[in-house]
Amino acid sequence: MRIICPIKRVPDTAAEKKLDPADRTVDREQSDPVLNANDEWSIEEAMRISERDGAEVIALCMGPDEAQSTIRKALSYGLDGAIQISDPALHGSDAVATARVLAAALRQEQFDLIIMGNQSSDARTMLVPALLAEFLDLPALTYARKLEIDGSTLTVQRESPSGHVVVQAQMPAVVSVVEAINEPRYPSFKGIMAAKSKPLDVRDLAAIGVDAADVGLEGSWTQVVDVVARPPKEPGKRVEDDGSGSVGAKALAEFLAERKFI
Amino acid sequence: MGDILVLAEHDAGVPRRITGQLLTAARERGAGAVHAAVFGDKAAEGADRLGAHGAAKAFVWDSSEADAYVTEARTAALVAALQASGADVVLFSSEPFTTDVAARAAVRVNAGIITDAVDLEMDGDAVVATKAIFGGDMISRCRVRPGRPQFIGVKANAFTAQEAGGAPAEIVALDVQLDDTARRASVVDVVEQESGGRPEMTEASIIIAGGRGLGDAESFRLLEELADALGGAVGASRAATDAGWYPHQHQIGQTGKTVAPQLYLGAGISGAIQHRAGMQTSQAIAVINKDADAPIFSIADFGVVGDLHKVIPPLIEEIRKRRE
Ligand SMILES: Cc1cc2nc3c(=O)[nH]c(=O)nc-3n(C[C@H](O)[C@H](O)[C@H](O)COP(=O)(O)OP(=O)(O)OC[C@H]3O[C@@H](n4cnc5c(N)ncnc54)[C@H](O)[C@@H]3O)c2cc1C
Ligand SMILES: Nc1ncnc2c1ncn2[C@@H]1O[C@H](COP(=O)(O)O)[C@@H](O)[C@H]1O
Repeated sequence: MRIICPIKRVPDTAAEKKLDPADRTVDREQSDPVLNANDEWSIEEAMRISERDGAEVIALCMGPDEAQSTIRKALSYGLDGAIQISDPALHGSDAVATARVLAAALRQEQFDLIIMGNQSSDARTMLVPALLAEFLDLPALTYARKLEIDGSTLTVQRESPSGHVVVQAQMPAVVSVVEAINEPRYPSFKGIMAAKSKPLDVRDLAAIGVDAADVGLEGSWTQVVDVVARPPKEPGKRVEDDGSGSVGAKALAEFLAERKFI
Repeated sequence: MGDILVLAEHDAGVPRRITGQLLTAARERGAGAVHAAVFGDKAAEGADRLGAHGAAKAFVWDSSEADAYVTEARTAALVAALQASGADVVLFSSEPFTTDVAARAAVRVNAGIITDAVDLEMDGDAVVATKAIFGGDMISRCRVRPGRPQFIGVKANAFTAQEAGGAPAEIVALDVQLDDTARRASVVDVVEQESGGRPEMTEASIIIAGGRGLGDAESFRLLEELADALGGAVGASRAATDAGWYPHQHQIGQTGKTVAPQLYLGAGISGAIQHRAGMQTSQAIAVINKDADAPIFSIADFGVVGDLHKVIPPLIEEIRKRRE
């Protein structure tokens, strides 16, 4: 079996975001980039399958040269290798353009399963898994909180707002995972050392047969009009309770009534 | 031109609140006609009533097949509805399962797609969508490039539903032919947790969220009681879901759900950046925390420094009294 894990390099949530005034994109390299948290769960799930059933696990990342530190981080979990799609023309690609590129790269690969995070912490579109499946003409079992494999049949517990839905499809397929699916491991020292020498296959747009006119800031089907920092909030009111609870309760009820919630 | 198709959400024929919100947004902003697409079991039952919110036509696929398969049966229906309606804008509810349907349909009709819009304005034929990015640190306005269908996902509670008193919508039954592709992922079972009649968290206009400060799973019953008194839903921090005190689908934050209710009331939550990333664009924020230095106070409109176990019971009493 061969499993592909698409991974994304994202600014750390805690980092201050800096905008590039030239093209209104976020200056990602200025914002402590890290491996997207949700991709740690997909990697963990892929590694568990690999350890149980035997599988080759490959990371796939669309990102600039600097993303190689993120890819090495992913490899330190014990993956077998990685593919990076890097091209200056990709800067500013939206979700559809990203999925188009990932799909083009995957058309050159043999694989049984694609496991990915359900959302990236920066763009957070939650679009890429379904878009990727559509471009590859594959079924997608998204928001998995449990994944079982029996022969070529995948059975997934799909997290719903009110519980879950049990769904099934045949491989090859796309699965996106939510946090509840597992508890990711920490990379071992051995894994970190081994990651340095794992094969990393870097391809540009020409190599995967994607026209630069279909991607990037100009080629994406959506465009950003402007980006501004969210205006700071006025400091709110604060009440100290006296330890009985009733002072705090009365004041809070008063606030709720003022705002017409009661 | 510039007709808008609203992808309606309903429970066995009863339109969900988001449907009225989407129709209101479409009606108030669009220059052309507003139509609805309604799929699933009993879809036909309430579809004509969408006229009250301004839908001229309802394109209906009343079939249990919509829910027997994952995503792609509805994708085929959405493409059919779009073609039948002639609309070039689709408004859908920015919730996970529906977003999958919209994403696949967008690729099929070469549309641009934007999710999580909290406001919409028109610039000629283009819909300009406002959305929070980077966990609410930044606000961005974006649009689909001219010349393409526009798929826009809208967050619950971004708009207030208002009836327009229109005539019943004209029902147009869609003829949706499912091929093998649409049937390749199937639904085997649907498992619903006891909701206690509470609204779904991502749709609720009031959310009561609890964190590590609750101390145990049992204390979430207290939170549920408070939620019921206010007609709200219950949310949780990762510390609480990790501890198994509340199910993960209620987790708010970077790796959980992003919510923007009219009221977020957090108790025993410190307000870590990863939690704030999922709630800081809420319209009103109230908190109860015993630590006056907790970072959550910095984004609160109203804060009580106190013990939640002491404050919440009399708060429930007070709310009930005022509601009588
Ligand atoms: C990659 C990543 C992703 C993450 N994603 C998320 C996410 O999606 N959602 C999320 O919530 N977190 C997330 N976290 C975790 C986050 O960093 C915090 O650890 C978490 O939010 C803390 O939850 P908490 O506020 O409930 O607990 P704590 O930080 O422990 O805070 C508990 C608070 O309760 C107060 N308290 C205690 N007892 C009482 C009492 N009796 N009365 C009143 N107040 C009391 C305390 O003063 C304290 O402020 C993520 C972390 C990482 C690294
Ligand atoms: N540039 C990228 N390279 C590889 N995978 C990506 C990229 N962007 C998004 N993904 C994948 O898509 C998932 C969902 O991201 P999103 O749709 O942006 O919320 C992530 O968890 C990744 O697995």
